Amino acid sequence: MVTDLHIKEVPQKQLGINPKKFILWLFMVSIVMVFAALTSGFIVRQAEGNWIIYELPSQLWISTAILFASSLTAHWALKSAQKNNSLQTKLGLWVTLGLGLVFLSTQLWVWEILVQHDVYLVGNPGGSFLYVLMGVHAFHLISGLIYLMIMLVKSYRANEVSEIQFKLSLSTTYWHFLDGLWIYLYVFLIIYH
Amino acid sequence: MSTANVDLTDEMGHDDHGHHEQSFVSKYIFSTDHKTIAKQFLISGIIWAIIGGLLSVVFRLQLGFPNMDMAWLRPFLGEWINIDAATGMGKLDTEFYLALVTMHGTIMVFFVLTAGLSGTFSNFLIPLQIGARDMASGFMNMLSYWFFFLSSVIMFASFFISTGPASGSWVIYPPLSALPQSMSGAGLGMTLWLVAMALFIVSTLLGGINYIATIINLRTDGMSFTKMPLTIWAFFLTAIIGLLSFPVLLSAALLLILDRSFGTSFFLSEIYIGGEALPNMGGSPILFQHLFWFLGHPEVYIVLLPSLGITSEIIATNARKPIFGYRAMIGSMMGIAILSFVVWAHHMFVTGMNPFAGSIFMLLTLIIAVPSAIKAFNYITTLWKGNIIFTPAMMFSIGLVSFFISGGVTGIFLGNAALDIQLHDTYFVTAHFHLVMGSAAFFGMIAGVYHWFPKMFGRMMDRKLGYIHFWTSFIGIYLIFFPMHYIGIAGFPRRYYSFTNFDAFSTFTDLNAFISIAAIATFVAQLIFVFNFFYSIFKGRRATQNPWNSTTLEWTTPIEPGHGNWPGPIPKVYRWPYDLSKPGAKEDFIPQNVPFAETPESNLPHEQELAGLEGKEDNTIKVD
Repeated sequence: MVTDLHIKEVPQKQLGINPKKFILWLFMVSIVMVFAALTSGFIVRQAEGNWIIYELPSQLWISTAILFASSLTAHWALKSAQKNNSLQTKLGLWVTLGLGLVFLSTQLWVWEILVQHDVYLVGNPGGSFLYVLMGVHAFHLISGLIYLMIMLVKSYRANEVSEIQFKLSLSTTYWHFLDGLWIYLYVFLIIYH
Repeated sequence: MSTANVDLTDEMGHDDHGHHEQSFVSKYIFSTDHKTIAKQFLISGIIWAIIGGLLSVVFRLQLGFPNMDMAWLRPFLGEWINIDAATGMGKLDTEFYLALVTMHGTIMVFFVLTAGLSGTFSNFLIPLQIGARDMASGFMNMLSYWFFFLSSVIMFASFFISTGPASGSWVIYPPLSALPQSMSGAGLGMTLWLVAMALFIVSTLLGGINYIATIINLRTDGMSFTKMPLTIWAFFLTAIIGLLSFPVLLSAALLLILDRSFGTSFFLSEIYIGGEALPNMGGSPILFQHLFWFLGHPEVYIVLLPSLGITSEIIATNARKPIFGYRAMIGSMMGIAILSFVVWAHHMFVTGMNPFAGSIFMLLTLIIAVPSAIKAFNYITTLWKGNIIFTPAMMFSIGLVSFFISGGVTGIFLGNAALDIQLHDTYFVTAHFHLVMGSAAFFGMIAGVYHWFPKMFGRMMDRKLGYIHFWTSFIGIYLIFFPMHYIGIAGFPRRYYSFTNFDAFSTFTDLNAFISIAAIATFVAQLIFVFNFFYSIFKGRRATQNPWNSTTLEWTTPIEPGHGNWPGPIPKVYRWPYDLSKPGAKEDFIPQNVPFAETPESNLPHEQELAGLEGKEDNTIKVD
């Protein structure tokens, strides 16, 4: 037997972060590409002229602030779960969920204001693009809300809330991403509208 | 002894793929096992390839024999064959001709060479070659197949509606695709096309995300990036390209759906149709082309790269030589992957783009010739003085190299903006991409099937039928596409129903008939493969564990690997995958899981050092 010969030749463990977390990041990359396509289409189309110019409704500041706040409460929920504080976790999730819904209704309110200013989905692409960017973001936000709802159900079912902290960290990462995505879109719109 | 036991229980503890009886449904239909999913993709791909091929046979009949009576096709195509009341002659419907061309392109590019190729081999080989029990997420993998299946059903259903399938060509340029009233194929058929493609994109993304996550996170001990087989590198880069480009097509499709169904004007402006002005103002059809080709060009490499990876593996194994320039191969694939994102506008030279932008895109396009040439040279230098074994897989791989070169050369012509203005949208383009992308990728896929069939089904495919299949396909493909270059240089445009209306092209009547005969013969030759494939699944010769004397990990599994791939612990990897014909070695191949310590006779000095066999006495203590 020559087993000891292998001592120096130990195959190294390969890099491995949690595959589920990694999958989530890759999924977010694909969402980034959807918006990269839409916003670069926006720029290319705008450069061709024949583009309506309008004021962005100031209510968008409100919705941005709400979504940012929901990101903070989501973080609070995760931190509480790590400390195994069940009550605060559930409260954090409920507040996040509520703020997410308020954000969506604010976005609808913004659409109403746009319509009052004669900016429609149908018509000049300058207006249509705004609706599409907000709409596609809202669609993803709804998926984030569903994800949070699942977490909320899990938090009630779990014996110890710390059991779900990994799954919760995935859902809050996604939620932060959606928040960041909106801030990118808003900054983009302020610069290019 | 105790150490060994701990190891074993540790492995078993991690492994929840223990042997348990599965029902038929969970084993063969809604399976989460990567090997079964790969076979599902392969068989779906074969069925789609037959459908796509049949469509091309129908439109080749029209092109080759414009005066032919097609009444005999009425039982299959029904109303799409118009019977002339006076003469009783059957003629192919002109709009259905466009639908045939469109569906042939869509099916071959997406359903066969994307899903059928990546879906099969990425799924099958990634876990087996990197040493993993399964994909990162088996459930997502299963979803990926079933989204593809649903997409397939919808795409197939569009053949059976009265207005026919989508007919605005596979690139679906608006305004033709955006206005349901523009042609019959732009109605429901186009809607179904868009729905099917949206599902297809979801499927591709689910699959691609899984491939990347698996390759990054689930490699076995010792399988560093520089020890990965080139197949895995190719699948990895393909998945990254898909992840970055398919969402862009989804965005374009979304805007197109809004234009079609909700009255927006992203791609439409100032159009009269039937003498009536449309309300749409301010859209830009060129914008769609930018978005489409931002996917469309990388898509070419999504189709080709897996085949190039498969070929690298097969050529090295069957030339019994290490692949020439392993790192250069990786580097050139990375180069191709990056460049593929910055050349899309070479499809749009004639859209009136700024000539300066055109020259930038021309330059970038021509740079792709460099990594492509590196790959071609590396294949040839691997073959050079090799101890070549001509298995059917090897023949097809060499065929791929041939097509890759002869089709690639014409790519250099087309990449030149000045030449492209003449050649754009002619049969020259058709000939070019059918050789370099279509046939080359197809040959890679077929080579992969011949090579990994023993691992998939535990049996061998018939060699003689393989050779017949190879020679008829190889010669047939050149007979089809070589003459097409001449028709293209003469200026004959793609997608035209009839060329006999133009005197300038009537000299090509014989050539067109010749191409059609070659195409039909080549199609029939593929049935040899189909027969060989299905026959060998049940009646093929039993395979041995490592029939090609290959070095990669998949050949260390049992002949028919079960759930979890390796019954015991996963093998560890000590060396790169191309230790073939190593000087001094006992055999002409050393598998990746053999430590250097067991091969002192063939180790190079630095490997000797790795193994601790430098001749230092203190390192070579023997333990009984």
